[in-house]
Amino acid sequence: MSKNKRAPAMGAAIVREQRLLRRARLLNNPGLIIGAVVFLLIVLAALIIPAVSSVDPNAMEVTQRLKPPSAQHIFGTDEFGRDLFIRVLYGARSSLVVGGAVAVFSCLLGTIIGVYASYFKVLDHILMRICDGLIAIPGILLAIALMAALGASNWNVILALTIVYTPSVARVVRSSALVTKNQTYVEAAKVQGATNGRILWKLILPSVISPLTVQASYIFAQAILSEASLSFLGAGIPAPAASWGNILQASKQVVQKASWTVIFPGGALILCVLSLSLLGDGLRDYLDPRTAGRRRK
Amino acid sequence: MLSYILKRILSLLPVLFVVSVVIFLVVYLIPGGPATAMLGLEASAQQIEELNAQLGFDRPFLVQYADWLAGVFRGDWGQSYFLDVPVLTAIAEYFGPTLSLAILAQVVSLVFAIPMGMLAAYKRGTAVDLATVSISLLGTAIPGFLLSMFFMLFFGVYLQWLPVAGYAPMAQGLGEHLRYLALPALSLGVVQAAYITRMTRSALLDVLYKNYIRTARAKGLRESAILFGQALKNAAPTILTVVGQSFGSLVTGTIVTETIFNIPGLGMLTMSSINQRDVFVIQGVVLFVTVIYVLVNLAVDILYGLVDPRIQLGRQ
Repeated sequence: MSKNKRAPAMGAAIVREQRLLRRARLLNNPGLIIGAVVFLLIVLAALIIPAVSSVDPNAMEVTQRLKPPSAQHIFGTDEFGRDLFIRVLYGARSSLVVGGAVAVFSCLLGTIIGVYASYFKVLDHILMRICDGLIAIPGILLAIALMAALGASNWNVILALTIVYTPSVARVVRSSALVTKNQTYVEAAKVQGATNGRILWKLILPSVISPLTVQASYIFAQAILSEASLSFLGAGIPAPAASWGNILQASKQVVQKASWTVIFPGGALILCVLSLSLLGDGLRDYLDPRTAGRRRK
Repeated sequence: MLSYILKRILSLLPVLFVVSVVIFLVVYLIPGGPATAMLGLEASAQQIEELNAQLGFDRPFLVQYADWLAGVFRGDWGQSYFLDVPVLTAIAEYFGPTLSLAILAQVVSLVFAIPMGMLAAYKRGTAVDLATVSISLLGTAIPGFLLSMFFMLFFGVYLQWLPVAGYAPMAQGLGEHLRYLALPALSLGVVQAAYITRMTRSALLDVLYKNYIRTARAKGLRESAILFGQALKNAAPTILTVVGQSFGSLVTGTIVTETIFNIPGLGMLTMSSINQRDVFVIQGVVLFVTVIYVLVNLAVDILYGLVDPRIQLGRQ
């Protein structure tokens, strides 16, 4: 009897201790916290400021062309007299939407491909050869080719970059699913007659979640960089909609007389990508403390 | 050794097959056929149909693919619609500046990355290490084209040390050639160096704590001999692989950077082809760069086998 009474208390103590350990690991990991906070601030700024501001990102004012930063236009204006601050924020919206959508779609697709490839031998050969082939084509070039074929639009950027990044997710998922597949508990489930679907989605899937989240934040960052490069080349989000890439493309013409048109959107891009890579590195160390130890060695 | 090389080449065949199908599909899957992209919005349905038929795009998929692939091997990569020259001729014409810039940027990146990565690994945990790691993290967050514009502002406009844009072919003398390429090569090289520095550091860290290093130290070998003779030699294959793998991002970086500095290379060709939707040229550039990328990595693999004999015998 007394044993049964003590069990919940002990369980609670273990839970409490685990929570403490988790918190200690989180506080030990300043990169993760800084990355998460900065990224969250960028997301909030992109969501809130354009929504409450009355400034039109596409309103052109000829008399206000290429004005340096001032109280009225804190980031200055571009060659059409548009307010750069609000355009950078609208640009943040499109960059975040593209980056986020690419991360979500390529992770979903990559997980499905990777999990199936790890489990069915024949599929593995076919799917992995296709992935090898796609990885062999330099990413931005493949995206450029797809964009040239499909035409410039937001959705096509997302589609093209999803095709570019899915193979690497599939590889990561496959390699960690292969490890799980040979674990005893998976074999036990097989012996008990569990269906393939059950083994794949209930037993193997949970084990790939943590490498997947890390991968997702890297792809988020990479997709933002690639979108900027694509838009910069004129194969991305079409003007007049603002994106960091096409703001910078327009700045290219005037960079020598209006350096602020490069510094502010460029700074926003760097800050966003940097916060996401810190977040990714931090997540990797948090979810798998062994790599952190190995890195510090 | 020969069988190792042959095995490497054979394992490339499925990759190249997939690459060829994907690159073929890029044009094949254009909604309405390539003529829709080339003729633009003003063209009538009949004009589009005629050009598609003229280009052979009304035939079955397999016939088209086989025909295209045979053409690729024959050196017939299609015709540029706007330049009115064969695609391969256009690529050959624009490739020189890109090659110069890529080689120069690779040299710049290695000059920065290898010493910095080694220093950071050797002084692990110190301020030097932390600074190197932070700078290289920052470097991986900056796209090459952005750094190009910053450098252009700083060295070209503010300090006025170097020309802001333009290109001087080798014929005008090596000095002039390098002077125009210095800024783009520096900005590309620094971005490239960020990644290679990180990888060099971790490759060296893996080696520096091995027993044979400890033995060398116990023998009383000089630190420099340990670092360069033992550690670097053993970390070299990993560094070599990283350099090979990052070659793809170097070339794509070159393509974007060229458009900023007005360098008449593959990047300019690509950008003008995007604007005109000259799909065959884009297809050709992607094919060309991918083949080079695959060959570079094959060369790295073979070198890897030469440097490290264990690779030939053991796992693959």
